[in-house]
Amino acid sequence: MRMVPTPSQTVGPFFAFGLTQGKACSPCIAGPDAKGERLRLLCCVLDGDGVPIPDAMIEIWQADADGKYHHPDDPKSATADPACLGFGRMGTAEDGTCMFETIKPGRVPGPAGVLQSPHLNLALFARGLLKQLYTRVYFANDPANQEDPILVLVPKERRSTLIAQLENGGRWRFEINLQGERETVFFDV
Amino acid sequence: MTHLANRRSSLVAYSRHEPGTQPESLYEPYRSTLRRAPSKPLIFLPHTLSEVTGPVYGHGNIAETDNDLTAQHQGEPLGERIIVTGKVLDSNGRPVPQTLIEVWQANSAGRYAHLKDQHPAPLDRNFTGAGRTLTDEHGAYRFITIKPGAYPWLNHDNAWRPAHIHFSVFGRAFISRLVTQMYFPGDPLLAFDPVYQSVPDEKARQRMISKFDLETTQPHWALGFKFDIVLRGPDATLFESI
Ligand SMILES: [Fe+2]
Repeated sequence: MRMVPTPSQTVGPFFAFGLTQGKACSPCIAGPDAKGERLRLLCCVLDGDGVPIPDAMIEIWQADADGKYHHPDDPKSATADPACLGFGRMGTAEDGTCMFETIKPGRVPGPAGVLQSPHLNLALFARGLLKQLYTRVYFANDPANQEDPILVLVPKERRSTLIAQLENGGRWRFEINLQGERETVFFDV
Repeated sequence: MTHLANRRSSLVAYSRHEPGTQPESLYEPYRSTLRRAPSKPLIFLPHTLSEVTGPVYGHGNIAETDNDLTAQHQGEPLGERIIVTGKVLDSNGRPVPQTLIEVWQANSAGRYAHLKDQHPAPLDRNFTGAGRTLTDEHGAYRFITIKPGAYPWLNHDNAWRPAHIHFSVFGRAFISRLVTQMYFPGDPLLAFDPVYQSVPDEKARQRMISKFDLETTQPHWALGFKFDIVLRGPDATLFESI
């Protein structure tokens, strides 16, 4: 039986007390005991005028340090790191930013078994977004980016919008521009 | 067996939406989409493990009064008490068990428990308006709450949102994630609401309207409304070939 999925609607401006406060907020994607290189990721969301969006919600889903997802459909999930549940969610602050704490994921198999470069899967929700936008966060200077089977699908001049940069002080920064010159690549999933 | 194992490892495609059944990102009558909808075309992404896996929840995440929004404070909230029930299914008609549903809504006067809500309607100290629950093994869920009021917004002159409850559902995969709004049958404001009207296909749009349900309705206590939710599921054509 084929059923048509329920339509998406905007999360609106007043979701915070339901989705991003108290126990619903999870800035920590991988617990303190998780294996792998720990990192902090600052996300910044800007609208078509370059103005920070203070009422956006970001969700992140990622694999553990060995590239295994904590999910039954990953054939390797039985040996996935129990300290890395892989999910985080935060609302942006007045300056359009929010900060996650996690570990750098390993490489996950992609189309035709080709390994993907380490990446975080990101979904963005906000007032004015009738459906969530999907993008990916890759890490600058990772040699595996050169052979990633998804990055090659993106026009060369736009690939840099998917790559987080390491700032002074050891924090990664990922900017999401909804429109404009540096418009972030969003995926049709 | 080897054949099956191979199918299994390549069984990573989820069905894609049919045109018109979901809103486009840009819908001019909803003004906030103008500076927020992407202007460049989306890049087609083949599904990998990254897309078809997603967060898994357990009962530890849910407290006892989390699905009864009328029982979270000292007294009872004002308004019309309602019971909202339904099933979460995937696009193949299979129930989605143990999946997290989160809801949030305005109170019966149309006011949110949110600092930025400026609507001059009263707050209700007995109502916050947020709840969460997990679906059971049949994909069923149940909330007790009060019927939210309509509220004004700044989208256009004399703009009012029809009464609605916001729903957030996970499903099995990161790409089955759905945030939507549940509306009430017969609401005259639906015809004027650009958020509701942003879905081009009329039949698809109507799936967001709950149904009054006499069976769920409890005598001398609360009206019942049914709201089933359908999420994207694995591409059925792959299953059929197994
Ligand atoms: Fe709302």
